[in-house]
Amino acid sequence: MQVSMTVNGQTVAAEIEGRTLLVELLREGLRLTGTHVGCDTSQCGACTVHVDGLPVKACTMLAAEAEGCSVTTIEGMANADGTLSPLQQAFNDHHGLQCGFCTPGMVMSGAALLAVNPKPTETEVRHWLEGNLCRCTGYHNIVKAIMAASGQQVGETV
Amino acid sequence: MYDVHYHRPATLDDALNLLAGADDGKILSGGQTLLPTMKQHLAAPTDLVDVRRIPGMRGIKVEGGHLVIGAATTHAEVAGSAEVRQDIPSLASLASGIGDPAVRHMGTIGGSIANHDPAADYPSAVLALNGIVVTNRRQIAADDFFTGLFSTALEEGEIITAVRFAPPKRGAYAKFPNPASRYAMVGVYVADTASGVRVAVTGAGENGVFRHGALEAALGRSFTPAAVEGVATPAAGLLSDIHGDAAYRAHLVGVMAKRAVAAALG
Repeated sequence: MQVSMTVNGQTVAAEIEGRTLLVELLREGLRLTGTHVGCDTSQCGACTVHVDGLPVKACTMLAAEAEGCSVTTIEGMANADGTLSPLQQAFNDHHGLQCGFCTPGMVMSGAALLAVNPKPTETEVRHWLEGNLCRCTGYHNIVKAIMAASGQQVGETV
Repeated sequence: MYDVHYHRPATLDDALNLLAGADDGKILSGGQTLLPTMKQHLAAPTDLVDVRRIPGMRGIKVEGGHLVIGAATTHAEVAGSAEVRQDIPSLASLASGIGDPAVRHMGTIGGSIANHDPAADYPSAVLALNGIVVTNRRQIAADDFFTGLFSTALEEGEIITAVRFAPPKRGAYAKFPNPASRYAMVGVYVADTASGVRVAVTGAGENGVFRHGALEAALGRSFTPAAVEGVATPAAGLLSDIHGDAAYRAHLVGVMAKRAVAAALG
């Protein structure tokens, strides 16, 4: 079947199977390999992308379900001139990654939180990240980075 | 996952025709359970009928003092709805705690209750609030809807279109989530309704969600956390698995009930 959607601002059309997952279309069809597949069981959140502005797990959504939608992946997060977005820069500044595997999902999830809650408390950040697992257990610096991108420091709010 | 024919009907009639014409058709309404199940080959439908974009299936309205939640309304939409937060804050709070944010943007109330997973949150709300499940054919009272583990009163060719709730005088949901899956090990929804106090327990029953008669009687006499003390929950008929045995869950029922009553009293 045919599917078309907008990915990172570009219109794309592709021939897919009914069972094709959104993450398979992104990674294998469009070669946007920044979106990672960790668990493939919708628990780890490494595959988090935005569909019409909302974070979803791309391993648990069919590509066909995204027909006509606007999809944003980690490749679409940097500024137009290629420099890092403030949230990405904050991950860099605060060492919000170790092995980096969960990072695309963490950034997409964090960006979705800040879009609806620009000044979250640290508790809100931690709860929001319940669906994003970091196997390096580097949560503290990830939380720090998201708080910093919101203009706050860890410890300022609880 | 085996291949599957995906359909996105524009109307309820189209959806019914597609289901009737399929060898083994299933409704897709968010798919946060169905797609993982298909990946494991525990389900292998020939056709998926996606109902999320059928006009009228999605959204929240107030009708005659009832909240009417479209079956394809996501958990995040229920959690964020001004109407739900105003009329049944405990329901908005339950929705805000299902799974995780990404799951809440896809999963829907109709999908959750049609699946009747024994650890799902929504079945407890529908049962405790004495909700009415509206389908393309009829209205089903909550007490008649959940018939067993992963079983409901839904028949072939029947689609949930909405769920209706009358706001209770007060109510709250307390759950003890499994720390990894976020599913309820035990969840207790307590509601002080027009027809008396109703208590529904999820996560614990071998046959899925159930009402707790002894707690309802005790809380009917005195709607206080203290009234929960001394009410025994038999372990018979409760789930035992690697996360906790039946006796542990029986104990948790009392603890969660007490927390729910305390929260309902604000």
